[in-house]
Amino acid sequence: METLVLLLFVFILAAFLGFELIQKVPSQLHTPLMSGTNAISGITVVGAILACGVADGAFGKWLGFAAIVLATVNIVGGYVVTDRMLGMFKKKGK
Amino acid sequence: MDEKQYIDLAYIAASILFIFGIKMLGRAETARKGNLLSAAGMLLAMVATLFYKEVVDFPLILAGVAIGTAVGWVWAVKVKMTGMPELVALFNGFGGLASLLVGWAEFEFGKSPDAVTRVAIYAAVLIGAVTFTGSFVAYLKLAGKMSGRPTFFPGQKAVNAVLFVTLLVLGAIYAAQGPAWALYLIIALSLALGVLGVLPIGGGDMPVVIAFLNSFSGLAGAAAGFVILNKVLIVAGCLVGASGIILTIIMCKAMNRTFGNVLFGGFGAAGGSAGGTIEGEMKAVSAEDAYYVLEAAQSVVFVPGYGMAVAQAQHVVKELGSLLERNGAEVRYAIHPVAGRMPGHMNVLLAEADVPYEQLCEMDSVNPTMGQVDVAIIIGANDVVNPAASDDPGSPIYGMPIIKAHEARTVFALKRGKGTGFSGLENALFFRENCRMLYGDAKETIAGLVGQFKG
Repeated sequence: METLVLLLFVFILAAFLGFELIQKVPSQLHTPLMSGTNAISGITVVGAILACGVADGAFGKWLGFAAIVLATVNIVGGYVVTDRMLGMFKKKGK
Repeated sequence: MDEKQYIDLAYIAASILFIFGIKMLGRAETARKGNLLSAAGMLLAMVATLFYKEVVDFPLILAGVAIGTAVGWVWAVKVKMTGMPELVALFNGFGGLASLLVGWAEFEFGKSPDAVTRVAIYAAVLIGAVTFTGSFVAYLKLAGKMSGRPTFFPGQKAVNAVLFVTLLVLGAIYAAQGPAWALYLIIALSLALGVLGVLPIGGGDMPVVIAFLNSFSGLAGAAAGFVILNKVLIVAGCLVGASGIILTIIMCKAMNRTFGNVLFGGFGAAGGSAGGTIEGEMKAVSAEDAYYVLEAAQSVVFVPGYGMAVAQAQHVVKELGSLLERNGAEVRYAIHPVAGRMPGHMNVLLAEADVPYEQLCEMDSVNPTMGQVDVAIIIGANDVVNPAASDDPGSPIYGMPIIKAHEARTVFALKRGKGTGFSGLENALFFRENCRMLYGDAKETIAGLVGQFKG
């Protein structure tokens, strides 16, 4: 129970931090911001690695494997498209 | 210290990288570096996880990462900028599905989870499933593989309501006793809920839906974090969830609609039933006549919309913009927050065409200067420049903030035909005295104007 309360505490603080961080982003950057945070949501790969990496576990292990593949597509794809988009935002005269 | 504490320290470092990464993404000068920082944080979190004692099957993990990297990389490098909205939606769906599977896997390990963990599994599975199928339907709509119009069937709202209540009841049963059948049923019904939830939402509302589903994929990750008691999952997932909600709110405000109205409104299905009748007629103009007006213009504003993306006209638009600048005119691009199919869609396309971002103006900064603009060129935008939004209380879009293109001295509207926009409304702007229509494919029309300038 104690762990849970601690985790809830972390969750709430992270939520407020997230709101603060995004408040004043110019609309020009909305797409990269979205695809960049989209890549971060692939963090679930950590849970997938834990599920897939166990010594035995039959079905659950394979669910973990599928989750690793999907989350990595999300992560790598997300970061690469974001980088591609941001590479196009140029200042005048450069 | 045992290995767990070192791993936690690495997770803290990863969280810091995510936070700085997101912060730097919010400014044009630092955005690219911010993205790299956040990617470094992700790599750190993944590597650190390999050090858990329980994690032993490295070949399988590496195989999974290798496959995912190859697929993600190829898609990301190959996609055209016009295909960006659907790809982002697809990636997002994958993230949701991954969280669903993590929750499910934890259940399959059968470590007889306590009630709290069962609630977390329920949340991860439910949110992950809705994110997955919802994003997938959004992907199909954006890619044009199914109609972008809202899809309805009789009793849809009742079905959704029943589905929702059933999911709540099943959640309570599962949390209390944890029977397997309840979880499987939850997975199936949540997948259905995602499909049914996004079906009635039309193409023009996609910026809101994409932002919302993005938020959901983060929350699914955070829920998975509660399942396996992992702090970095909770922090990163929650950051994404919060930022997605902010974007969702911004998008809703830009349409003067509540989130509930977007989700359940089925906007655009009715097809121009409401609103006053419009007087006058649409007047066409030839490219040659348009050229003479542009040639004399001192100040020109482009207003792009989804039509520019469809016609892939961004490069010729930029070419015309450069020619106008060389001709001595001040050139700007006025971008409505919900123009296109994802937040910031038009900015990405124009940036691809090398338009410097100083020329990309937000609605609020361009509107007060509209009266001094000689020519406003509307490229495949419709509802976002409809003056009925500000002066016709009977209009369904009344109250929505618009780019006041009608205040410019002359308006050229590029349009494929006489049809209505996404909302199904006739656009009062096109009937105004100062507005002239240039019918045809936007890309060809602009190329014609460019030809006039060069010739």
